[in-house]
Amino acid sequence: MYEFVSGPLVWIAFIVFVSGMVYQFVTMLRSARKDKVIYPYMSLKYSLRSLFHWMIPFASRNMRDRYEVTIVTFLFHICLILGPIFLLAHIAMFAFAWGFKWQTLSQVAGTYMTIVVILASLFLLLRRLMMPEIQFVTDPSDYLLLAIAAAPFITGLAANQQWFDYQTTVIVHIITGAVMLMLIPFTRLSHMLFFPFTRAYMGSEFGAVRNARDW
Amino acid sequence: MGLPAIPIVSDPGLDETVKGLTPEKIAKVVNRIIDSETAARFKVYMKTCVHCGLCSDACHWFLSNDRDPRFSPVGKVKQTLWEIIKRKDSLDPAFLKECSRIAHTECNVCRRCSMYCPFGIDIAYLLMVVRRICSELEMVPQFLQDTVNSHSVTMNQMWVKQDEWIDTLQWQEEEAKGEIKTARIPLDKEGADVFYSVIAPEPKILAQLIGNIAQIMAVAKVDWTMPSFDGWDNSNMAMYSGDFETMGRVERYHHEAALKLKARRIVMGECGHAFRGAAYDGPKWLGWKQPPIPLIHAVDFYHELITTGRIKIARKFKTPVTVQEPCNIVRGRGLGKKLREIIAATCEDFTPPYPDFEHNYCCGAGGGVINCGPPWKTSRVKGNEVKAKQLAETKAKIIITPCHNCHSGIEDIISGYKLGMHVKFFSEILMEVMEIPDELRA
Repeated sequence: MYEFVSGPLVWIAFIVFVSGMVYQFVTMLRSARKDKVIYPYMSLKYSLRSLFHWMIPFASRNMRDRYEVTIVTFLFHICLILGPIFLLAHIAMFAFAWGFKWQTLSQVAGTYMTIVVILASLFLLLRRLMMPEIQFVTDPSDYLLLAIAAAPFITGLAANQQWFDYQTTVIVHIITGAVMLMLIPFTRLSHMLFFPFTRAYMGSEFGAVRNARDW
Repeated sequence: MGLPAIPIVSDPGLDETVKGLTPEKIAKVVNRIIDSETAARFKVYMKTCVHCGLCSDACHWFLSNDRDPRFSPVGKVKQTLWEIIKRKDSLDPAFLKECSRIAHTECNVCRRCSMYCPFGIDIAYLLMVVRRICSELEMVPQFLQDTVNSHSVTMNQMWVKQDEWIDTLQWQEEEAKGEIKTARIPLDKEGADVFYSVIAPEPKILAQLIGNIAQIMAVAKVDWTMPSFDGWDNSNMAMYSGDFETMGRVERYHHEAALKLKARRIVMGECGHAFRGAAYDGPKWLGWKQPPIPLIHAVDFYHELITTGRIKIARKFKTPVTVQEPCNIVRGRGLGKKLREIIAATCEDFTPPYPDFEHNYCCGAGGGVINCGPPWKTSRVKGNEVKAKQLAETKAKIIITPCHNCHSGIEDIISGYKLGMHVKFFSEILMEVMEIPDELRA
């Protein structure tokens, strides 16, 4: 089992993830041609201006008004993306398989980043449960997606701390990680891919057409 | 969730239409619009929204209705589009009626929410897709549809006939000449520097505004014209009902009227939605990247007249003023700064509202909502309590609103919340403060 999940399954997950992202990207570009306003209005300058204001914490008004969400979501996304990429255990797996490695986080930093992701997920869950305007637009898939995103981190922490049988926990951890990767292109987790483009278009329309700010 | 019931409003445009609809008819239209009229924006927006609710605080309807989640931008999308996508082929007529109420009467498509969505999802555009579907099924509030019918038949919003139009202009020219000897309203003059266009309510109910502009043009010695023929009305309610074919015709007539007269540029009167239609919604539909000839809003024009000294200010306006920044020219065209500059040049005592500029709240009337007529007035005024509070805090006596929809909407808010304030167009301020050389006085 371990051989399967740590070998072929990881391959499958990455192949599905990458090809799914490419598919979504190409589909978006094609349908953007049909949406006649997109290419004519796109502007690099205003796309970057908009991205800048929405990728720097507190650079937009809503990020300042909802500062607690800003802090948590920035930490959440940074730890969620960078944590796994620079985690010692992950890099060690690659090093064993392929013989090359890259800069790693310290063990402690990796653990803390994992805990941040878990706590942030909890925050997002509570927010969803407690705020009427979010509860109103929540359906079961929202909880599921949050669970899918949090699961690799919860199981990763459990494996690292050896709370349960190590071998089993690692297997569950790899499966949850693979599931998340494979689902990114095909669920709302695809905002990972679409974010720069929706932002860029809105920035362009506000900047180049409407001569106004969008932050 | 124990939310209060939404008051039932009777509107023949919805109540009668609902009787003739079937799930099959609805499915046909929905599939056509979703499959062939929408593309990347619609599809990516629907896939990207993570239901985070961060757009909620942008909406004056949400803020004014005790943070009722049904009025948040994403809440409105959920109640309409999510359902439409989920059960495309089994949508009942009563549901479509709800869609029209939400999209036509409870959203001003002001685009404030797209500035609050972290992804920059154009939620107003999504609600416009709902309006489009409703309009294709003739599910449009009756008063709004009547203005669209008028556009379609007469090329103006208020059933103004050509002889009435010309007659009104002549009448206002007479009035203006009574004040300023050289005031004229030149009709169909070829090659003028300015083609001036107004919305149909001006000749219909606010004719003195045309007289005012005749005086301003005379004092500033502007070479201008207005057309005697269709295309003079720059308003466009079809843009808001979802009847984009009619919207396109109206915009084409307006631009072509100016082209026919070989005008150097179009100056549009103080109206926000009209500017939106002429500057981007119309061109977008017509496949033009930009309008064919330069087009500016009155605020831009007055700014030019004042800063170049063609209009001099004799005395500043003394009464305390604040401003209603129309979404379609401030969030929609970045004219906020110029608007402030002309106010600073003409008014002594100005208090800005908070929030302001692009972040100012919508008046609650734009986006075709006020055009849905008296049946929806109560919910419209209730839906903008936050604006009443914002205006009251400025302690101003006069609210300068360079937009017709804002003007009427703010009037309703003033009376609804007993604010004891008054609304003025910028041109009305200008009329009181501009210097009129003695040799021009009648």
